[in-house]
Amino acid sequence: MNLAVKDIRHNLGRFALTAVGIGMLLMVVMGMGGIYRGMIEDATLLVDRTGADLWVVQRGTRGPFAEISRVPPNLADRVAAVDGVARARKFVYHTIQREHDRKPFRLTVLGLDWPTDRGEWLPLSAGRPITHNHFEVVADRTLGLDLGERIPLGNDVYTVVGLTTGMIDSGGNGLAFFTATDAQAVQFDLPGEAIRLERAARRNRAGRIDLSRTQPALLERAGGESVAIPALPPPAVSAVLVDVRPGFDPRAVADTIAGWADVSVHTREDERQLMLAGPVEKAKLQIGLFRVLLTLISAIVMALILYTMTLDKLQSIALLKLIGAPNRVILGLIVQQALVLGVLGYAVAYLLGQRLFPRFPRRVILTDDDLLSLAAIVVGISILSSVLGMWKALRVSPNDALSG
Amino acid sequence: MNSDALAIETRQLTKVYGSGNTEVVAMRDVSLVVRRGEVVALLGPSGSGKSTLLTAVGLINPPTSGQIVINGQLVQDGPRATVNATAFRLAHIGFIFQKSNLIPFLSARENVQVALELAGWGSGKARRRALELLDYLGVADRADNMPAGLSGGQQQRVAVARALANEPSIILADEPTAALDRHRGRQVMELFAKVAHEQNAGVIVVTNDEQTLAVFDTIHEMEDGLLRPATGHARHTARPIELV
Repeated sequence: MNLAVKDIRHNLGRFALTAVGIGMLLMVVMGMGGIYRGMIEDATLLVDRTGADLWVVQRGTRGPFAEISRVPPNLADRVAAVDGVARARKFVYHTIQREHDRKPFRLTVLGLDWPTDRGEWLPLSAGRPITHNHFEVVADRTLGLDLGERIPLGNDVYTVVGLTTGMIDSGGNGLAFFTATDAQAVQFDLPGEAIRLERAARRNRAGRIDLSRTQPALLERAGGESVAIPALPPPAVSAVLVDVRPGFDPRAVADTIAGWADVSVHTREDERQLMLAGPVEKAKLQIGLFRVLLTLISAIVMALILYTMTLDKLQSIALLKLIGAPNRVILGLIVQQALVLGVLGYAVAYLLGQRLFPRFPRRVILTDDDLLSLAAIVVGISILSSVLGMWKALRVSPNDALSG
Repeated sequence: MNSDALAIETRQLTKVYGSGNTEVVAMRDVSLVVRRGEVVALLGPSGSGKSTLLTAVGLINPPTSGQIVINGQLVQDGPRATVNATAFRLAHIGFIFQKSNLIPFLSARENVQVALELAGWGSGKARRRALELLDYLGVADRADNMPAGLSGGQQQRVAVARALANEPSIILADEPTAALDRHRGRQVMELFAKVAHEQNAGVIVVTNDEQTLAVFDTIHEMEDGLLRPATGHARHTARPIELV
């Protein structure tokens, strides 16, 4: 006869409610672990998905994700000429916040070097990749845009031609993929008045030097479009992505490019580590500590519940001792109940989590390893938290059965 | 007296609670002999030391000094038990209390069965034996009821069944009829006498119910921790009652 099961059956409602309570607490612990994994996945998603072997960025920076990096767009042509480089792509990356349906609309703009990079690596769940140089966008579903929807950004209107799933940046913002040219247009979009003021300022600066008197056409040029002035650079890109030819050592190619004075080069693994050690490091630590705290709180709550359950049974325990039950029977009763509570709580946490986590704004990833670790922790907590109850049970005298 | 014929023998048991100004002597030099098959009544006012003696003999509450011998074996020497008290209780002693003291999360049958399983009986065999005992005590039809669903008398009979489960050589009962009406009380006392005689067990019953004294072979009285033979108690002749 299993005394633990008999007692649970007798107090089934209360026990079930307790298990649900413990389960919800464990679900938060489980969710914290999942959010932690999700952050790592989100942080390294682009690095892994773009498939680039090398990232060429502004000299001395850890860009383009960890910090701002600006390199000239013609850097892609220079890099493409290096021995061992199969493909060099311009890469534009920045975050903007606008309004959509009268709500804040935050998205991360990612520019693809179309047609070199047509975004064939994107996990499309609907629609098609970008097929034109302008005014098309592939958006992630988290942005809430529909296929065919037209979104105004700056002076232009972009049509959503494709949808991806799970493409978000390390901050949890959905990604929107444009051509690099369009991404730059969005990034450097200026109101007409600002452009007019800038042109007037350039004209004034030109008017203050003698050259404008000997070359009057210069004044006229200075007040015109930027693209008509060769001395002004075209808008910068964030980085250049490099695919190394098969048979070439990426590190050797990286060393060659790193010899240039204006750029730094990171391998794919470097970039991953930069992401993990940079933007997500503190959040990772915070979540880790919070998880430890929650685990401790779960253990304390379980210990209190098991202690209370033991207190409720003191008379029965005294009676069992009186009729000759050895301590191992009494301790078995308490430990088994603790384990049943832990296992049920874990099951509740898992089942509830499966339904709730997909609705969270940030990605929650439950890995098998994490689930197994938590299961082992729950078993450990169950046994540890029953110690208080066991201590109390061991102190019960058979004599107490007579005084009840 | 042949010691083999003795179920219980206490030698100058003394129990002192507290010390100094708070010292209370609950039991003083109590020497009691209970033969096999003998049913002994222990009378006395509240606080006279009856329950202290009973719990000492039951190896629950060790005396401060004195010895306890059960079935010829020294089991308690002063405050030190010379046997494993838990295992000894399980094998040799049956307890019945004023309140039925059933385990609330076990059914009537399981309350009896648990004592058998603790003694090493297999589950199926213990179940059959528990049902036999409940049938013997007239509560077989309530075997699957939880204690809360039994009347006081039914609960007490289940408790008696549990006390008898392992065929103990001594039975200790502390006011077992206090919660019962006179008729049921008589039934329980008759039962003790029957078990004592059939199983050759020594029985000590703490009681204040003078209506049932007729069933006892010996009556002792306790007052201020001292034990003495009872005086002035009429032995009521009672017609044996059939167990329902």
